[in-house]
Amino acid sequence: MNSATLLRLTDVSVHFGPVRALRHVGLQVNRGDFVALIGANGSGKTTLLRLLHGLVAFDGSREVLDATATQVMVFQRPFMLRLSAINNLHVALWLARVPSAERAARAAQALQRVGLAELRDRPARALSGGELQRLALARAWAVRPQILFLDEPTASLDPSAKKEVEALLAGFAAEGMTLVMSTHNLGQAKRLATRVVYLDQGTVRVDLPTDRFFSKVAGASSDARADLFLKGALTWTLE
Amino acid sequence: MNDFAQSFATALDLITAADAVLVHTVALSLGVSGAACLFGAGFGLLGGAWLAVARFPGHRALVTLLNTLLALPSVVVGLVVYLLLSRSGPLGSWGILFTPSAMVIAQTILVVPLVAALTRQLVGDSLRDGGDQLRSMGAGALTCALLMLLHDRWAVLTVLLTAFGRAIAEVGAVMIVGGNIAGVTRVMTTSIALETSKGDLALALALGIVLLGVVGVINMLIGVAQRGRGSALAGAR
Repeated sequence: MNSATLLRLTDVSVHFGPVRALRHVGLQVNRGDFVALIGANGSGKTTLLRLLHGLVAFDGSREVLDATATQVMVFQRPFMLRLSAINNLHVALWLARVPSAERAARAAQALQRVGLAELRDRPARALSGGELQRLALARAWAVRPQILFLDEPTASLDPSAKKEVEALLAGFAAEGMTLVMSTHNLGQAKRLATRVVYLDQGTVRVDLPTDRFFSKVAGASSDARADLFLKGALTWTLE
Repeated sequence: MNDFAQSFATALDLITAADAVLVHTVALSLGVSGAACLFGAGFGLLGGAWLAVARFPGHRALVTLLNTLLALPSVVVGLVVYLLLSRSGPLGSWGILFTPSAMVIAQTILVVPLVAALTRQLVGDSLRDGGDQLRSMGAGALTCALLMLLHDRWAVLTVLLTAFGRAIAEVGAVMIVGGNIAGVTRVMTTSIALETSKGDLALALALGIVLLGVVGVINMLIGVAQRGRGSALAGAR
């Protein structure tokens, strides 16, 4: 076991009624990792993220090896309370038990960090898609999590908003935050991640450092289906 | 037709002359129903929020019972409260039968199921949308539900307005536990019932118009507040 391991799954399966969303998954998240979860639609990426974060029931073993490690998740469609941008941050800081004397400064700093300082008093739900995603990142960053889970954080954003979000994520990673992100954007995984985990039909097929996973050498990912996925040639099949 | 015209004229006269009896009756109606809604909101909002997140054996049965109580007849509530508060009843020592306090208790019992059932539905729907996000940030189940009440505060206001409408418009319970005593427990609805039984239909209808007017004004004020919030949102874009 890596001494810097924060989370470990051993032989975990997740069922939603008759549907087996994840099968016998083993995975560990180490401190400082930037893990990209990739795979086709329905492969289990979101379920794996929610499992890692502790939001779904499962069979098997999920160990949080550093109980003090704060975890936060940014969802694909971030949910904001019908409050101003700054007050959404205040609520998050209150829930994270940040002392009240620190909340105002932390919230303002977080909005500054994502470039939304001028929109602090705007109703959060009136923000554009890109602004909303940045606000969600600010809310997550404000509580200083050790692990940040992101579910397709740039899905449905325009190229410029994508770039802004990617820059923020790269900044978080550079500060030592551990990130686990699901994405359909292979370029994004290549640019940001240190590890790539490829899921297929609810199983982890490949878990490799990013450079090895994306190596141009045929078969470098060590999995034929992952190579087909990378080439965009993975056809839909019934198991 | 003549009755209607005469009723409008009488209603207008009563309002413009600020008839003392009318003012007292309206004030008592608003006071009793307002207090019932306040207590009903306390129990109903908390109970509904809790029911939206709590899971225990019998939860489904309790929700079904709550939804059934939405159709609770006001006279039945009046009768039960009467039995509880009458001299020989378990709460007879309180000595509050035929007082506005008894009317508040009866109307509170009437509006609590309404507030709780609608709140449970409202909070449940919002939790499906954002519950995971709040849990992800460290909120416990009840905290999630209470934050959703804040999130849905305008819809909650509409729930409370509905409850107020039910309270101020009911006649059975307040008639039984209040006794319709002039100047003490006579409210708008019991006045209307009395004038109708006396055959003074014009005055009864006039009082009905005033009652509708009072509820209409309250509705309008809430509408103005909601529109103000809507334009603030639009202006922020």
